[in-house]
Amino acid sequence: METAVLGLTIFVLALFAGFEIITKVPPTLHTPLMSGANAISGITLVGALLAAGSERDWLLSALGFVAVVFATINVVGGFLVTHRMLAMFRQRPKMEP
Amino acid sequence: MNAAVINLGYLGASALFVVGLKGLAHPRTAQRGNLLGSLGMLLAVALTLLDRRILGFQTVVVGMGIGAVLGAALALKIHMTAMPQMVALLNGFGGGASVFVAGAGLLERQNAVVPALSQFTVAAVASGVIGAVTFSGSLVAFAKLQELVTDRSLRFPGRGVLTAGLAAVAFGLGLWLVLTPEPHAAYWLVVAVSSLLGLLLVLPVGGADMPVVIALLNSCSGLAAATTGFALNNNILIIAGSLVGASGFILTQIMCRAMNRSLVDVMTGIAPPAGTGRGDEDLYAGRVKAGSPEEVALLFAAARRVVIVPGYGMAVSQAQHSVAHLTELLHSRDIEVEFAIHPVAGRMPGHMNVLLAEANIPYELLKDLDDSNPTFEQTDVVLVIGANDVVNPLARTDRTCPIAGMPILDVDKAQAVVVIKRSLSPGFAGIPNPLFAADKTIMLFGDGREMVQALLKALKEGP
Repeated sequence: METAVLGLTIFVLALFAGFEIITKVPPTLHTPLMSGANAISGITLVGALLAAGSERDWLLSALGFVAVVFATINVVGGFLVTHRMLAMFRQRPKMEP
Repeated sequence: MNAAVINLGYLGASALFVVGLKGLAHPRTAQRGNLLGSLGMLLAVALTLLDRRILGFQTVVVGMGIGAVLGAALALKIHMTAMPQMVALLNGFGGGASVFVAGAGLLERQNAVVPALSQFTVAAVASGVIGAVTFSGSLVAFAKLQELVTDRSLRFPGRGVLTAGLAAVAFGLGLWLVLTPEPHAAYWLVVAVSSLLGLLLVLPVGGADMPVVIALLNSCSGLAAATTGFALNNNILIIAGSLVGASGFILTQIMCRAMNRSLVDVMTGIAPPAGTGRGDEDLYAGRVKAGSPEEVALLFAAARRVVIVPGYGMAVSQAQHSVAHLTELLHSRDIEVEFAIHPVAGRMPGHMNVLLAEANIPYELLKDLDDSNPTFEQTDVVLVIGANDVVNPLARTDRTCPIAGMPILDVDKAQAVVVIKRSLSPGFAGIPNPLFAADKTIMLFGDGREMVQALLKALKEGP
């Protein structure tokens, strides 16, 4: 029970932190914020690695393997595509001919 | 490595996520924010690989390799026009990963000598439900955006009852699993039922409501990671997951506010009550002026300030590069050009901004709702490209119409309005748009890109 309460505490505080740090997002950043945040939610990769590497049970490894693939796509794809988008926003060539 | 050291490292990674996410929400720091976030991820993954619980690296390395190649290929190859689909797909993978990790966690605890504590089972079930709903819901969103299925609202009688029934079944199965943690198969039943639930939840969502759903699924992918953290008793999953949950939810709220609709209405597919009493024909009969590109070019040539309002029609016809050329040409003739972008224009939050940035249109020219509305009175010509409901003045004037109270771009206050649209067919809200029949409006009927190109040609050959 104690671990559950501790977990809940962290959960609620992190939610508050999330609501506080993300204020007034300009529309230009709506999409990159989504894809970047999505890459961060690929943190499940940590759990996936522990399952895939446990070598205790073939079913466990198989589940872990699928999870590792999914989560890595999420992480690598998310951060890269966000980077690509933001780089596009940054280069602002002068429009004057 | 010592567990305490690993946890300290996780704390560092969590801090990087917080700083990174904060950076992502501001234009100047966005790129650095993304880098800090990825650094946090690198740290977390590297530390996990040092964990003593990982005994074999074969599965791990092969899995990461496949994932990294697929992820990188997707991210580098994808066209900016396909960004809504990409975001939907990424949300889905996030939800799917949570389903499998929680399932593995459950299995591990059942195999352990110590019986599973019910709080971990509860969390695993919650993770299975949220993750599966996110996964299947995102795949439906992807299919709609990719136009594999119709993007109109799909509804059938008894859908509400069926959805409620499925939710009850998922809950019942989950409860059974918590009380008798023996059969692992029950978890996959929960996942299967929840996947159906996700399908039923997203199918009724029509095209113009898509930005809300994409933002909501983004939030859910975070929450799924957080609940997985509870199931594994792993704090970094809880922290990172809830941060993402919060950021997705903020975007969802922004989108709902921009449409003046509640989240419940969007998710239940409750279409706004249609019908203002006046038929399309009454409103449009004999009053709509269809113009030619040449006529419009004359209008442009005499203008000093032009505002372009892009909508989903610009995305569909991929007109953004032609629009960029038009902007350049007008600039070269000393005509001021700005873009007015409605928050829900397109199919995901920020859709228009991504497309215009791809066409190298400077960020400074893109104005949001609050900044552009006061400027329309001083604007000579507004060019609306494939937008409808977001420029419908009925939202301001008719209290009984479905979009009453929705914040719109007041383009009708400009001196003249040019609307590029394929036909007079109503937008998502299903109501006619008096703007099209206004005296100051000229309609250019046709494909977005072709019309902008015709306009360009007329401008170059014209006076």
